[in-house]
Amino acid sequence: MTAHRRTLIHGWLLLLPAAVLLVGFTHYPAVATFLDSLFSTGTVIRPSRFVGAGNYRLLLDDPVFAKVLLNTVLFALGTVPAAIALALVMALWVNRRLPARGLVRLAYFTPTILPMIAVANIWLFFYTPGIGLLDQIGARFGLPGHNWLGDTDTVLGCLMVMTVWKEAGFFMIFYLAALQTLPPELFEAARLEGAGRWVVFRRLTFPLLMPTTLFVLINAVLNSFKLVDHLFILTKGGPDNASNLLLYYIYETAFSFFDTAYAATLTMVLLALLAVLGVGQFLLLDKRVHYR
Amino acid sequence: MSRPAPLETAAAWLLAVLWMAPLLYALWAAFHPPEFAVTFDPLARLTLDNFATAWERAPFARYFLNTFLLVSLILLGQLVLCTLAAYAFARFAFPGREAVFLLVLVQLMIVPEVLIVKNYATLSQLGLIDTIPGVALPYMASAFGIFLLRQAFKGVPVELEDAARVEGAGTLGILWRVYMPLARPTYLAYALVSVSHHWNNFLWPLVVTNSTETRPLTVGLAIFGAPESGVDWSVISAATLLAVAPLVLAFLLFQKQFVQSFLRAGIK
Repeated sequence: MTAHRRTLIHGWLLLLPAAVLLVGFTHYPAVATFLDSLFSTGTVIRPSRFVGAGNYRLLLDDPVFAKVLLNTVLFALGTVPAAIALALVMALWVNRRLPARGLVRLAYFTPTILPMIAVANIWLFFYTPGIGLLDQIGARFGLPGHNWLGDTDTVLGCLMVMTVWKEAGFFMIFYLAALQTLPPELFEAARLEGAGRWVVFRRLTFPLLMPTTLFVLINAVLNSFKLVDHLFILTKGGPDNASNLLLYYIYETAFSFFDTAYAATLTMVLLALLAVLGVGQFLLLDKRVHYR
Repeated sequence: MSRPAPLETAAAWLLAVLWMAPLLYALWAAFHPPEFAVTFDPLARLTLDNFATAWERAPFARYFLNTFLLVSLILLGQLVLCTLAAYAFARFAFPGREAVFLLVLVQLMIVPEVLIVKNYATLSQLGLIDTIPGVALPYMASAFGIFLLRQAFKGVPVELEDAARVEGAGTLGILWRVYMPLARPTYLAYALVSVSHHWNNFLWPLVVTNSTETRPLTVGLAIFGAPESGVDWSVISAATLLAVAPLVLAFLLFQKQFVQSFLRAGIK
């Protein structure tokens, strides 16, 4: 056996176990989901049949889908920029010679390591009408109680606040690491030039952190599409789907309504969203490699 | 690095207090009798009753065991499969390698729980519904692990491999004695990220498990905390703290390693 052939065979053998599982739980189901989305859900009386784009036409007529898609986009828009901005502020603070810096950093980062289920359990109490912390504080100022999670106008906002709290500390560490690689001479020079702190931030720090911001941004948006655990505790997508998100709707459609074909169609929408972002990230990662 | 203005220091501290408040509140509720759950009387007596009640009302010991088994099984599978695959990608020039690597990276975006419907069907065909290996299986071949280890292996000088080969070591021997020891920091970083991720994972285990013998802590906690269960606030707080305690304690003890691991894993 030649060395070349041995390399070839060993290479594929090493890859085989991981490849089987990757294909089995990522590539195969992605393709199979697409095929499922072209068929109707089979029942005992009516077997599954080819419907072409029929399920996709259903999407357009489904008011719940429209609402869920809008919620998913709003949830990303409401949580990601806010969490990133806070993360940047946190990183700038913690990067300076702040008294008790270690403790402050610990406080910012701790929510990151809690499971979303536990976080939701704790925050549920804040939002509970009447006895909840939010209403109790409001009552001190003479404000009437409010059913925060039961009101279609406030429920998504409440979930966003909680999510920002959970995620900001995670993004902070990426900024913190990036800040520590910035050349101090640049800032020294800016100081000698007499530049104010805001100018230094706007003209120097922020542009230099741009690669980090883009990296965090794409990952944060990708992640926001997968964040649905809290819905199980806090709202179950309600009231009237006001807090329902795409992945949760997929779960409901498949495991509560047992409409697998429609769930497959919804999954294709989620895959499309992820793919667009994924390609964006890939191009970005490619750039980062060239920078090095 | 300059010393910030007093106002800024105050703002940073205020935010820190705000950020700790939910956890501090949970501690307050868990360690005080239920009648003090919403009244903050500094003289309220401390109690462990809530923990005892939570422990009694749900099989948390079993949930702990399940989570421990699940997290260990996933990590073990990941270490073996990702090491082998990463070695192939780093050091074996076979045709189509780059294309296959791209296919692997697809999993960074499309995690198993996104394809929850089809993966559930696959698992039920394999007869693995409601088993811990069933929960673990889709996560074992981790694109992320393969990616990280490939980077680490690529940094190992080829001369070391050649030297080992001259001494008669085979493919797996070289991997075991040359590559794996040199990639130890990457393994540590990856292990911490993997364990904390799967300790907290919820949706996929929720779908796959439906009995006490397989349910991990997150799923057990979700059932326990459901409003229908009628359990009072202090007990839910106690249960929540129980569930997060091991990870939070580990984090407090190894803070530096945790933060560095997340960074190493995220940035590379």
